[in-house]
Amino acid sequence: MTEYIAKRLLQALLVLAVMTVLVFFGVNVIGNPVYIFASSECDQPCLDKIITDLGLDRPIWEQYWVFVGNLLQGDLGNSFTHGVPAMSLIWERLPATLELAVCALVIALAVGLPLGVAAGLRPTHWTSRIIMGFSMLAFSVPVFWIGLIMIIVFSVTLGWMPAVGRGDTVEILGVDLSLFTLDGLHHLAMPAFTLSLIMMAMVIRLTRAGMREVLFSDYIRFARANGIRESRILSLHVMRNILIPIVTVLGMEFGGVIAFAVVVESIFSWPGVGKMLIDAIAVLDRPLIVAYLIFVVIMFVALNLLTDILYSVLDPRVRLGGAR
Amino acid sequence: MSGAMAHAAPPPGVWRAFLRSPAAVAALAVFSAFCVVAVIGPWIAPQNPYDLAQVDIMDSLLPPGSESWTGMPYYLGTDGQGRDMLSAMIYGIRISLLVGLASGIIALAVGTIVGLVAAYRGGWVDTVLMRIVDLQLSFPTILVALILLVILGRGVDKIIFALVVVQWAYFARTVRGVALVESAREYVDAARGLRLGALRILFGHILPNCLPTMLVVATMQMAAAISLEATLSFLGLGLPPTRPSLGLLIANGFDYLQSGRYWISVLPGLVLLAIIVSANVLGDRLRDTLNPHL
Repeated sequence: MTEYIAKRLLQALLVLAVMTVLVFFGVNVIGNPVYIFASSECDQPCLDKIITDLGLDRPIWEQYWVFVGNLLQGDLGNSFTHGVPAMSLIWERLPATLELAVCALVIALAVGLPLGVAAGLRPTHWTSRIIMGFSMLAFSVPVFWIGLIMIIVFSVTLGWMPAVGRGDTVEILGVDLSLFTLDGLHHLAMPAFTLSLIMMAMVIRLTRAGMREVLFSDYIRFARANGIRESRILSLHVMRNILIPIVTVLGMEFGGVIAFAVVVESIFSWPGVGKMLIDAIAVLDRPLIVAYLIFVVIMFVALNLLTDILYSVLDPRVRLGGAR
Repeated sequence: MSGAMAHAAPPPGVWRAFLRSPAAVAALAVFSAFCVVAVIGPWIAPQNPYDLAQVDIMDSLLPPGSESWTGMPYYLGTDGQGRDMLSAMIYGIRISLLVGLASGIIALAVGTIVGLVAAYRGGWVDTVLMRIVDLQLSFPTILVALILLVILGRGVDKIIFALVVVQWAYFARTVRGVALVESAREYVDAARGLRLGALRILFGHILPNCLPTMLVVATMQMAAAISLEATLSFLGLGLPPTRPSLGLLIANGFDYLQSGRYWISVLPGLVLLAIIVSANVLGDRLRDTLNPHL
């Protein structure tokens, strides 16, 4: 067990190192940050001064070490446009994104699980075909297009839903949340549903596949033979076994949801980190872009690590090396 | 699903089995139509949307069915810069399909070589290559593409590169899986017995037998690539504004959505939807008929 965790930890650190190299060299070497600071009248001595100030005259590996050193202290530089540390901006915007992502996750499970169970119980029924068709559409249709149609239908044509922003928020434990005000919920509904669709499709497929597998296993047959009610078999015996893969996949996908939140936040002007990234790209706010990318990569690697470890606790075959 | 049916009654030919599904035939027709439009686009489009001399800003934001002041009809309306939407969409289809096809073919080539080598050599080569594939697949495609495009900037070549980077691993994993199964077959033993070279066995014997699977994965991946390109262009990260793909056209129209000028966003969106859904239905049907145990 310890060996497994140590191995995964080492691997995660390696991935992190590779990603920081990629992001640092990509953003700072391919582009030239000097021109962002330099005004149009800046002549050669003035340019040299900026280069020295930014430390760009030093060898590139030395710059990288400074960058990593600062990173370890949680310092990713100041945002050009906001003039405050980039990390503080991310912490400020993160609750909005997390709120959106968690709500999407809840919607995906609340809708996807029952639909998947229904499709798994009667795979040839016409309702199952509709459910599976829906899951294929939700997988393949681009998320931004679905958001767009929702805005056209529910905001522009019907006027039921607001298309922009977060609405009223209340402060809970020092964090502003939309979830607990009526106006906030009203604003949250469309973006959260849009973001949930891909996960929902995934939950439907996994649940259906799990149902097909588990329903024909011996222990279900014995449970039936014992006269246990069908509803109890479903909710207790079947559910417990199909939930393991679903939880794993959702855990690994959560990082993807945060990445996809960039799209949804841009469409619905949701003031989270994703919208911040797109705004930062538009004005070339390099430190903020780097901070976001590093932050998402760290979060993603950490999530993957956590899911793997949790999975190995739940399923001993993994850590004993039977699977690979 | 229909795959079970194909099992029960083995079809006389793959092509006839394929044609048995009306949805697949419709999808094939729709997709082929878009490909034709993409190829002959410049000759059928009423105007060249990249040529500013042909675009009149006075004609901006006209609804579908309007006419320009010179009497030219705008069947699908105009966008914010007075571009004919029909022409802009035809050129958009060209770029979207070009990006999807180009990235799909390059990724297929890279992935196939990696997959074949990994399967044939085995040992540490296989382990190292597949670890890289696992690592690549553990990151969400949108995140990798986002990082690459933020670093590289906009451009047709750059988005194709980004799409290749996010796609090659799928091909590599699939091809390796099929190639492993194929290398264990008798005909490969026979070829080895004849002392044929490794390259000849790989590309002359194993590769042709991987083709059905590759075709299915390539169709699905191309649909995913077109969808991802549209998403990135919508965010302003993919293609440059001078060469609008369908995603960029939708993004341009997004600003006018609130004022009820739906056609600028919705029409290119419907075309995008038709391309992606038809490609997916095609891939689904191909999988059922070719049945390469995916």
